[in-house]
Amino acid sequence: MSPALAGVLQLLALIGALALAYVPVGTYMAKVYDSRKHLRVEKWIYKAIGADPDTEMTWPAYLRGVLAFSAVSVLFLYLLQRLQGLLPGSMHFSSVNPAQSFNTAVSFVTNTNWQSYYGEQTMGHVVQTAGLAVQNFVSAAVGMAVAVALVRGFARPHARLRSHGGTSMRTGELGNFWADLVRGTLRILVPGAAVAAVILVACGAIQNFSGIHEVGQFMGGSQQWNGGAVASQEAIKELGTNGGGYFNANSAYPFENPTPFTNLLEIFLILVIPFSLTRTFGVMVGSVKQGYAILATMFTIWLGFVALMMWTEFAHHGAALQAAGGAMEGKEVRFGIGGSSIFAVSTTLTSTGAVDSFHSSFTGLGGGITMLSMMLGEIAPGGTGSGLYGILIMAVIAVFIAGLMVGRTPEYLGKKIGGREMKLAACYILITPALVLVFTAASMALPTPPHSMLNTGAHGFSEVLYAFTSAANNNGSAFAGLNANTDWYNTMTGLAMLFGRFLPMVFVLALAGSLAGQKPVPVTAGTLRTEKPLFTSLLVGAILIITGLTYFPALALGPLAEGLAS
Amino acid sequence: MNNSVTNTVRLLGAGLRALLALTLVTGVIYPLVVTGIAQGLFSDKANGSEIKADGKVVGSSLIGQSYNLPLKKGQQTPEPDLKWFQGRPANGLGGNSVNTRYKLILSGATNLAADSKVLLKQVQDAKAAVVKDNSVPGYTVKPSDVPADAVTSSGSGLDPAISPAYAELQVHRVAERNGLPTAQVEKLVEDHTQGRTLGFMGEPRVNVLELNIALKGLVARR
Repeated sequence: MSPALAGVLQLLALIGALALAYVPVGTYMAKVYDSRKHLRVEKWIYKAIGADPDTEMTWPAYLRGVLAFSAVSVLFLYLLQRLQGLLPGSMHFSSVNPAQSFNTAVSFVTNTNWQSYYGEQTMGHVVQTAGLAVQNFVSAAVGMAVAVALVRGFARPHARLRSHGGTSMRTGELGNFWADLVRGTLRILVPGAAVAAVILVACGAIQNFSGIHEVGQFMGGSQQWNGGAVASQEAIKELGTNGGGYFNANSAYPFENPTPFTNLLEIFLILVIPFSLTRTFGVMVGSVKQGYAILATMFTIWLGFVALMMWTEFAHHGAALQAAGGAMEGKEVRFGIGGSSIFAVSTTLTSTGAVDSFHSSFTGLGGGITMLSMMLGEIAPGGTGSGLYGILIMAVIAVFIAGLMVGRTPEYLGKKIGGREMKLAACYILITPALVLVFTAASMALPTPPHSMLNTGAHGFSEVLYAFTSAANNNGSAFAGLNANTDWYNTMTGLAMLFGRFLPMVFVLALAGSLAGQKPVPVTAGTLRTEKPLFTSLLVGAILIITGLTYFPALALGPLAEGLAS
Repeated sequence: MNNSVTNTVRLLGAGLRALLALTLVTGVIYPLVVTGIAQGLFSDKANGSEIKADGKVVGSSLIGQSYNLPLKKGQQTPEPDLKWFQGRPANGLGGNSVNTRYKLILSGATNLAADSKVLLKQVQDAKAAVVKDNSVPGYTVKPSDVPADAVTSSGSGLDPAISPAYAELQVHRVAERNGLPTAQVEKLVEDHTQGRTLGFMGEPRVNVLELNIALKGLVARR
């Protein structure tokens, strides 16, 4: 069997597994967020928080919950790293310096998991397990909470009215942030991660607390490696689309990703929640067909990008790869080119940023695809939660464009898209490109920051563009040649991650509030049918055109120049 | 004014308590339960899949090693010990620089671009060395026979495996250096070649450490 055919079969197996999970996982998540019951452990947690989980929140209250929780998380994680040297169970690792602590704290709280540090020599058990891994759970849960709040904005009041026996709800309310946070963590992420972690260990991922491990070597002498709670962190790293590796080499490290099967399992974990959330959306707005239309959009883009990536990586253009006879630089033998290509596209089209192979050594076009994937705003299928709210914003914009074409007031899911809604959607799609392009331009223009580049020419520029694309889109993967552990990059990528995470959330929640306050308009003959293939193609087109126009000049200077030259 | 400050403080307090409660669940209970199950059911694997030769632990079957001659005086880069099967280049490995009380290996890739002149030189040099080292009387390696994994560094720098093609290419050299019949070494490689999982996942591969341990046994019995 040729490697290309094996790659295609792996892709088909993955699609089959995702299809099987779609309905049960998506429907289950809808039940979780719509449920009126509280588990006993959840009641204890609400008591500890001092919050009533049944209180409905308007959008400003919901947003204040998100921001307060995230602010405390950043501070907590920052202090944990600064105090590492004093904490027991840290294997006597020293405390992390202020700039890197800030960068890492922001990075994990924003679900980015950009890493300017080497995991194996920097973070001890306590910071990894009680700090970083915790944010892997809760930052994903925050993303899902915001997505669910937006879906409620579309769904209310009509869908809720029916499901609760006609008890009328005041409009403009989006649910309770604390309840959504706790439920997403306890009922969705923890069980999923626990099962996945045990499977990973069964395949060879390590899971212990035995500190630094020293063992003999074949040629004599000894070697040292870190023990740690790797499998438990690896599972949530993928399931929560986080991506911060226990080790520097991330999912290329055999202790994180030991076999070809675990490689496919990890890709599955990355994709399962973002894809299935479209089902959750469909169930919550009362039409699973609307969910299928969004799913079809995500799936089309994802599949197209995977196909392109496999083609360019198997063709292995580029002088060094031609000399080697294959694009194996930065790739592991056990995964091969097929498995590495699927992983690379899946990790950059979600907000994951985990890598099982190193994107900087991909072909020029392959590297460009990973960058373009992030630039699309990570919506195909996107991060846990952030993918769904991102694509719903694009849907609002597509509906608006369609409305302009036929001269009707646009509406989506029975809600009118007026001036206020459009302004919020426009702010959402402008903020991330603005961050990427401004920070990249500043880094290129100032005298010192370009010194961090490993490669020269077009590829060197790509390293910087990739870094800010990854940070502002909360991805976290890197063209890792760039030395990002400088005060400039630690601070600036930190700011890009913060703004790139929370400003869009402000616009999403404001939009949700505005939608929830509207009475739904009835469907007429003139309504754009957003559950039909025509709308899916309109949405795919809108996404590609908007991103293309925004980033084309920057891409032309980096990956396109490199890809065309080789 | 006073009111809004109080409200903010109250909200941050709620956030902190939520974080601590969730830290208890996801940062303490969850990893401990997973560790308990892992150590109970798969303790070998949970502790790093250690592998023994002659009763001594010689590494992990998942972590690639180098098979080099000891450094001579004044030598910067070690030479490969051609008695043993060689793994992939690992030009991206780093040295521990932060917590220097440990001699940790730092995983990593070269991150050099596909058209990088530095990478091109690394590949060309590696290819020339593979051709030279493995060409023995009666068996000449052509540059076009050298598979890509033999001349490129992996993602982790710790790739435990090589392609079956690279292992086969080393058979004649290894047989000669150890005074073994070629057919016997060929059989050894065959026995250690792992196909794709279920016939389609990943790529066929040979675990270099396991292969060398078996080779050592063969040499000892000779």
